[in-house]
Amino acid sequence: MPASLLANLTERPSFNRVLMRTLVVVAYVIIFAPVAMIVATSFFAQEIVSFPPPALTWDWYLNAWDKPEFLRGLVTSLQVALLAAAIGVPIGTAAALAIVRGQFPGKQVIGALLLAPLAVPGVVAGSGLYMFYVLAENALDRDIKATTQGLVAAHVLLTIPWTVRLVVASLQGLDRAAEEAAANLGAGPFTVFRRITLPMMRPGIVAAAMFSFIQSFENLDLSLLLVGPGRITLPVAMLNYLEFRIDPTLAAVATVQILIVGVLMVVTDRFVKLSRVV
Amino acid sequence: MASLSIENLTKRFGTSVAVDGLDLAVQEGELVALLGPSGCGKTTTLRMVAGFLPPTSGRVLFDTEDVTRLPAHKRSTGMVFQSYALFPHMTAAQNVGFGLEMRGLGAAERQAQIEKVLKLVRLSHLAARFPRELSGGQQQRVALARALVIKPKLFLLDEPLSNLDAKLRAEVRIEIRALQQRLGLTTLMVTHDREEALTMADRLVVMESGRVRQIGSPRDLYDAPQDAFVADFVGRCNILAGRRESETQFRTESGLVLSVDIAPNESKNANAFALRPERISIQPGAKGDLHGAVQAVTYLGSQTEYHVRIGEEIFVVIQQTPDANEPLASVRPEDQVSLHWDRKSPRLVPQTSV
Repeated sequence: MPASLLANLTERPSFNRVLMRTLVVVAYVIIFAPVAMIVATSFFAQEIVSFPPPALTWDWYLNAWDKPEFLRGLVTSLQVALLAAAIGVPIGTAAALAIVRGQFPGKQVIGALLLAPLAVPGVVAGSGLYMFYVLAENALDRDIKATTQGLVAAHVLLTIPWTVRLVVASLQGLDRAAEEAAANLGAGPFTVFRRITLPMMRPGIVAAAMFSFIQSFENLDLSLLLVGPGRITLPVAMLNYLEFRIDPTLAAVATVQILIVGVLMVVTDRFVKLSRVV
Repeated sequence: MASLSIENLTKRFGTSVAVDGLDLAVQEGELVALLGPSGCGKTTTLRMVAGFLPPTSGRVLFDTEDVTRLPAHKRSTGMVFQSYALFPHMTAAQNVGFGLEMRGLGAAERQAQIEKVLKLVRLSHLAARFPRELSGGQQQRVALARALVIKPKLFLLDEPLSNLDAKLRAEVRIEIRALQQRLGLTTLMVTHDREEALTMADRLVVMESGRVRQIGSPRDLYDAPQDAFVADFVGRCNILAGRRESETQFRTESGLVLSVDIAPNESKNANAFALRPERISIQPGAKGDLHGAVQAVTYLGSQTEYHVRIGEEIFVVIQQTPDANEPLASVRPEDQVSLHWDRKSPRLVPQTSV
């Protein structure tokens, strides 16, 4: 081993480096502690959480399984999230293309407006949508609120800002020369888009689909007023349960939720390196 | 392969003129380099020839066919981009095959041609790699193969060597030139690197502010530049302002008298003395009528560069590095030296605002 490398290893770390590392560890602890706490609690064999637990148990998971509202909520949430992502991502992608590539007046304003839903509190947007749906129901003479379609439409609004943001970023980082090279090799505009542009946008679109799904899947506030009987999403079902009881059953449900999101992120990361896109 | 004619080509962006009435003819099998500083319009010209930019006015012809209004994908040019512009989601072989696919070739025929051209650029063993798995030099060869395989009417090179390191650049330069000559490719190349242009091109076009300064062979431009800008841009040059005093003499603004013959095509407006550093010989000691103190001695390996102050002027002299036992080898800053040159070597040219 070269002498300089050895010196580097044995050198006393500077104060700044120690401080930096400490801050990083503290930041990670702050981020992961609540998650770890929920997962841990779901195995504690007592109703009121105390430490250390008297014993560990699977009972809360069995309890959650016995409550039909959770399983139904999970299925509804998965359905809504898939539909919302499937509808919102193409719309957001088209909007991102128009914003980055298009030449039209008011481009900047439209770009800003598409990100605006991120700034509106979910409850406020939910109330607004509720009132809008009531008006629309009267005008169209058909049910909108408390239907799956109404809920999906609302969740599409959640997915668009994320998609626009991620796809705009991936388009801005895209090497236009590759498109010119394709044209140079004889590809017409549509072929260039299909064979070159779209595949190069893929990481951004995949990341957008994942984030859209997660946004919808774990949304509580926007959905509160829009769900209907028998069409309750998992987060709303959890809140309902909380109104009557506080026990680790919820922690068990939340752990399953965390697991689904976690698996989704790991799988997505295998296809596109998320750290490079987001 | 076709010949290329550019007629009175002009491109304006708003009020600024990027290319201003350019005329140029490239013969079949010839390599012409557009050379100039950034912003001189050389890349804009290339992009108009490729069809990526519509000209404001003027015409572009391949042989006798007017392609001015033809979109890029119908022009059949093969371009190598500065960034190589490989398709990141395709392997080297797929990149090369893309143009063939666009021409409607079947898979078997494509495969045969891909193999042939990859062999030509010595990349057969890396056909299945993705661009990110290739080195810069290898990516560059994929880009070359991709442009060549479609048998383009015109071969276009946009700063093809600028992303390679110095050693590789020298190799690839020779390789591309050999390929171009062997296949008889009509080539238009853009570069800001004079060495690249001088070594590769049959003819050079020196551009500045959207206009052509001079067109000629590398030797023409190096030995007989038309103005001070060209003299300075195609190689290092001592340029001194002043005026002709007699048939054999030039007087600089600072009053120095230098010997120079009249070249047959010397301009009446010539007000600058231009002399290449390697055309000056240097001797230790204040012997001749032109002598002064050495300012700096820079050892460059096979060559050595001297900066010599005579009066108010500084002359740059480049000489073969002398053997260690020659008197010149012991010259140090502040030492007196004298300079000589053949009276035919310098040229008097018009000064240009650069």
